[in-house]
Amino acid sequence: MTGRVAGKVAFITGAARGQGRSHAIRLAQEGADIIAVDLCGQVGSVPYPMSTPDDLAETVKEVEALDRRIIATQADVRDVGALRAAVDDGVAQLGRLDIVSANAGISSVGPAADLPEQTWRDMIDINLTGVWHTAKVAIPHLIAGGRGGAIVLTSSAAGLMAYPNVAHYVSAKHGVVGLMRTLALELAPHSIRVNSIHPTQVDTAMIMNEPTWKLFSPDIEHPTIEDFTPVSQAMNALPIPWVEPVDISNALLWLASDEARYVTGVALPVDAGAVIK
Amino acid sequence: MGKLEGRIAFITGAARGQGRSHAIRLAQEGADIIAVDICGQIDTVPYPMSTPDDLAETVKEVEALDRRIFARQADVRDEAALKAAFDAGVAELGPVDILLANAGIAPMSLHESHQAWQDVIDVNLTGVFNAVETVIPSMIERGRGGAIVLTSSTAGNNGIGGPSRGGLGYTAAKHGVVGLMRSYANNLAPHSIRVNTVHPTGVRTPMVVNEAMGEFLAQDPSLSNAMANALPVDMVEPVDISNAIVWLVSDDARYVTGVQLPVDAGFSNKK
Repeated sequence: MTGRVAGKVAFITGAARGQGRSHAIRLAQEGADIIAVDLCGQVGSVPYPMSTPDDLAETVKEVEALDRRIIATQADVRDVGALRAAVDDGVAQLGRLDIVSANAGISSVGPAADLPEQTWRDMIDINLTGVWHTAKVAIPHLIAGGRGGAIVLTSSAAGLMAYPNVAHYVSAKHGVVGLMRTLALELAPHSIRVNSIHPTQVDTAMIMNEPTWKLFSPDIEHPTIEDFTPVSQAMNALPIPWVEPVDISNALLWLASDEARYVTGVALPVDAGAVIK
Repeated sequence: MGKLEGRIAFITGAARGQGRSHAIRLAQEGADIIAVDICGQIDTVPYPMSTPDDLAETVKEVEALDRRIFARQADVRDEAALKAAFDAGVAELGPVDILLANAGIAPMSLHESHQAWQDVIDVNLTGVFNAVETVIPSMIERGRGGAIVLTSSTAGNNGIGGPSRGGLGYTAAKHGVVGLMRSYANNLAPHSIRVNTVHPTGVRTPMVVNEAMGEFLAQDPSLSNAMANALPVDMVEPVDISNAIVWLVSDDARYVTGVQLPVDAGFSNKK
């Protein structure tokens, strides 16, 4: 078998659609089998429609079309027991674990002083604690494998800089960097590498919705994608409004492959220059 | 089909070490190469520098991959000579898509001269500036974007060069490269020219593995930590830096710019 991650198994959270589905497909194209989980349901404080069981079924279909195996489970990253059961079952069926993509995440908006308690908690529970849960249930399998491994945590440009009206999101994504750095130190003796990716706006359902556009254009009552495009582009240094899910997948693939065998503890922006602009 | 089929890369310090590895690795991915190197000694550098034979070996290895290479002896401190080499290479191979500003020296030694500071600033910082200035007019005029990678170091984001004039100069120059990278990344983004740095830990090359460096690191216990990695590996190989660069200059990283990319076995995070 050929491919840059041939013969490896990757555990991906939030794999039903968006970046997570793209990661599953891209890693499968390069020879990996996939353990996929997703909530496939709604969170009350999230103002756009979240993923469905049909979305996860579509990821399964696309990975299988590449002649790779995929074990998909509906599981909530807030529920460490369900997450552990999913990864344990996946490893039992696929035989090993090499790569972890802690990708599941939500978005919601509001000034810090006005954020409802539940909105703050949902964000921290999913975008920070959910990332820790993902690592927590995967690490024993990586260590037991004795072949090292690669954990990639999805942070954000908002993990390295502030944006107004998303204090909970910025806090969670900054927290992911602290978790990444600590895990990188703890796991280096096992040759398990841990890095974070920091995307700018990505063309996914989490970004392409009116409540998110309103964050970027607060003065427009019902902003459209035409309103969002120039505002989004102005935040990037490169002359593009957003990146595609595959751009994040290509960074993940590189970090997960042996091409980056000595890269650990790194916060890697894929942000069209948003952080340095 | 390689990731860099049809691209042309200008590489400084290409006679040996990381530069040769970059030339070979990019050629394996389909790129043609314009290679320059000083192929000569600088007095304050306490280890033997590259030779014309080294550059000839790089040529041989790239040609063995059925790629084209134009090589010329040139000093990155001499902007006119660098530009002449670049122009001659472009005339022979075509316009350049990729710049790797890799040439560098490490003039740390127990017996260093007063001149060590100036030499390392001239090569490791001004030489990088000269290389970028040499390529950007043609990249902008051509209007097809481009990818530039500046080689910094773990000494480009940590104060680890020690108290010697050469060590301080090395650390200052490698930090300075980050300032150049960020400025160029902003300035060149409207032209879709991406600019990033790589930050290697100790790499197994003649610049690091030599008697003078061993002696220098041994004299001060605090400096031995300057190469203490988190991953259980004492040094990385030139190809590890090349693999990071291949990714950065390929379309796989088409929206990555302004980024400091450590390839340091967790060194910076461990400090």
